[in-house]
Amino acid sequence: MIALLLEGVSVLCLGTGIFLLVSGGVGLLRFPEVFSRMHAAGVTETLAASLILLGLMLLAGWGIVMFKLLLILLFILITSPTASHALAKSAVHGGLGVDPDRNETS
Amino acid sequence: MLTVVVIALLVVMVMALSRALLGPTIYDRILAVNVFGTKTVLLIAVVGFLFGRPDFLDIALVYALINFISVIGVLRYFEYSNDRHQGDNP
Repeated sequence: MIALLLEGVSVLCLGTGIFLLVSGGVGLLRFPEVFSRMHAAGVTETLAASLILLGLMLLAGWGIVMFKLLLILLFILITSPTASHALAKSAVHGGLGVDPDRNETS
Repeated sequence: MLTVVVIALLVVMVMALSRALLGPTIYDRILAVNVFGTKTVLLIAVVGFLFGRPDFLDIALVYALINFISVIGVLRYFEYSNDRHQGDNP
């Protein structure tokens, strides 16, 4: 019974992971500007990756495999924001930044 | 179910590659390479599950490490090359 439940929850996690993955990929292609693309890529990198890894963890059950998947998940959750921050900083430094005094509403 | 995940991962990797080719600025390309690397990590983990090889996860972990280091390295290069060209900011 428990195995069936775990299987169902992991299929659910993998399903939503796939949906977020593909929507982030489409966003990566269609967004007009670097920073909005970075946002779309951020969705796929953090949430979709953690959902898929969570689904795999549920499939694997207790053990060394789940521990390795947890390490990969923690590492991705720590490094992908750092990487996108460094990328945004160097993009702003490279002259792509939004002009601070030009506000959007006017 | 895992094959559907593998197919979705391959589709997103093709999207990232097309963004890398189309990307007007350098930062689009670096972003696309970063997304491609992260998706490769997931692909290795899922394929390891598909073929029943738990030792693939070590490869996925090492690949995640290398991917992060390479993105930071490339960014470090681009940030300083701009300084050499302009040379006027403080």
